[in-house]
Amino acid sequence: MTVIASSTAGAPGLPIWRQNLRVFCANKSALFASAVVVLFVAMAIIAPIIAPHDPNDTDLFRRLQPPVWKEGGDWAYILGCDALGRDILSRLIYGSRISIFIGAAVVLFATVIGILAGLAAGYLRGWVDVVISRIVDILLGFPYLIFAIGLMAMMGPGLVNIVLALVYKEWVIPCRVVRGETLAAREQEYVEAARAVGASSGHIMLREILPNILSAVTVISTVRMANVIIMEASLSFLGLGVQPPTASWGEMVAGGREFIMEAWWVSTFPGLAILALVLAINVASQGLRDAFDPRFAE
Amino acid sequence: MNPAKFFQRLLQLAPVLLGVSFIAFMMLAMTPGDPVALIIGEHAATPEQIETLRRDLGLNQPLLQRFASFLADAVTGNFGTSFYHRRPVAEVIGERLPATIELSLVALIVALVTSIPLGVLAAIRKNTIFDRIATLFSLVGVSMPGFWLGILLIMIFAVNLQLFPVAGRIGFSHEVDPITGFMLIDTLLHRNFAAFGETLRYIALPAVTLGLPMAAILMRVTRTSMLEVLQQDYVTFANAKGLKPRRIFFRHALKNALIPTVSVAAIETGSLLGGNMIVETIFGWPGLGRLVVESIFVRNYPLVQAAVLLYAVTYVLLNFIADILYTLLNPRVKL
Repeated sequence: MTVIASSTAGAPGLPIWRQNLRVFCANKSALFASAVVVLFVAMAIIAPIIAPHDPNDTDLFRRLQPPVWKEGGDWAYILGCDALGRDILSRLIYGSRISIFIGAAVVLFATVIGILAGLAAGYLRGWVDVVISRIVDILLGFPYLIFAIGLMAMMGPGLVNIVLALVYKEWVIPCRVVRGETLAAREQEYVEAARAVGASSGHIMLREILPNILSAVTVISTVRMANVIIMEASLSFLGLGVQPPTASWGEMVAGGREFIMEAWWVSTFPGLAILALVLAINVASQGLRDAFDPRFAE
Repeated sequence: MNPAKFFQRLLQLAPVLLGVSFIAFMMLAMTPGDPVALIIGEHAATPEQIETLRRDLGLNQPLLQRFASFLADAVTGNFGTSFYHRRPVAEVIGERLPATIELSLVALIVALVTSIPLGVLAAIRKNTIFDRIATLFSLVGVSMPGFWLGILLIMIFAVNLQLFPVAGRIGFSHEVDPITGFMLIDTLLHRNFAAFGETLRYIALPAVTLGLPMAAILMRVTRTSMLEVLQQDYVTFANAKGLKPRRIFFRHALKNALIPTVSVAAIETGSLLGGNMIVETIFGWPGLGRLVVESIFVRNYPLVQAAVLLYAVTYVLLNFIADILYTLLNPRVKL
């Protein structure tokens, strides 16, 4: 197995991945953004421990209660309450589980499918490539949100259906990248050498080519996660995502729409949460790309 | 451009359009539940009536045959009957389409007008505070969910500052008889300038909501491509010849730097279609996007299917136009 050379300037003598890691760690904004992402993930995991209240606990006496710093606010409900008197902070904390779970699940499944399809298309060529490439072209013919909305409209809302609807479209992105990389790798000496010693196609694809293109795929996957999170939030906003009373950020923004005249906080905080997480993922993935896949660096 | 190559590229569209139509067809065919039961609704029907309806809808035919009829009907603009409106789907969509096209075009203008100057300035003043702010704007723009941006704009500009209306396309005080269906054009054709101004006020917030994320992407593309062009030999040569910076900039650099922007703009216009559903829902804009979202909740599937197909075909064609534009503007690229 050969490791692709990186043009990244780093300490000579160190393995490439450690040189790349050094470059990444030198990028302060990417490091900070990664810390923010880790915080969000931690928040999602320990949500039951840190959420001050049950996210679905309603109390109409607290209906649209303002945040603590406004008149009528209460320290027990720091970010205020929604129209059903539910604690916004607790719902935000629980809502992070949906965004992060869906983002991670979709990207994971899509990447695995995309890698397998891309390797097969790029390495085996012939009719396999024609079929896979045509499917990719057709799926790229749909605007993302419209494809997802169409599928969700037909399949009905729900957590599993969202993951499916997004995976059906998402896998084409890693597939295209992997196909392109595999086409290039196929002509490299190390692949020819493996072929010469009689290695099977499966062995060459998974053990020789895959390790060399994994960094490019990983970078793409992190970038895509931000997009998937926005998609999930958009579907939930339209009422096609996770169904109430389960807290999801998109649904929380939608729930506050009717009350923007009197209670801005109901929509504002979940929107800020989406912005913060997606921004952090974008900045971190930009740093990853610059460090691990410098061909695409600006 | 070589016409033979152009037609070859055009022919390559056929399998994609066919595949896109098949997926749109399958979306409805795979829907759980019986379409007949959906049409009959709560009305009592005899088994014979149900069987007749099933035959009329072609549901007893094999799947591929149904797809062939669907395709033949779609080509002639026949998408069946909207269950909810009890009228042909094509007619209902046709009524809503101008509002959506108008909003998309204004959003596109907003995106181009903000992104190009910002991108160019950010490139010229690379690594200055202006560049940093513009880059931050671009990063926030792509990270911000469109639906939240819309709500924020309503809160700030409609509710608090009361500069723009919250929702709708035109106020009740203005009656404008439709000519083209595009309100901005119709008001001008009627020489009703007060109504034109009013229409502009109504379209401003939805167009900004729809256009800003696109502006963020275009700004980045313009900045990168301008930076590349400014490092080219012919710009250095023009500088060495002593040409005025303004002349170098407008005559030499800008024209080439905008090539990627134009083709990305054509592709991104396709993404506006998806954004439309969200923006029209937030701003009560009477376009196709809102109609689709409403149709989903009343299970008006034929309309949803027709709209998905219409959006996808438009998207494929926009991508094709982007390709052609890129080739036409950049003679070094061979199609």
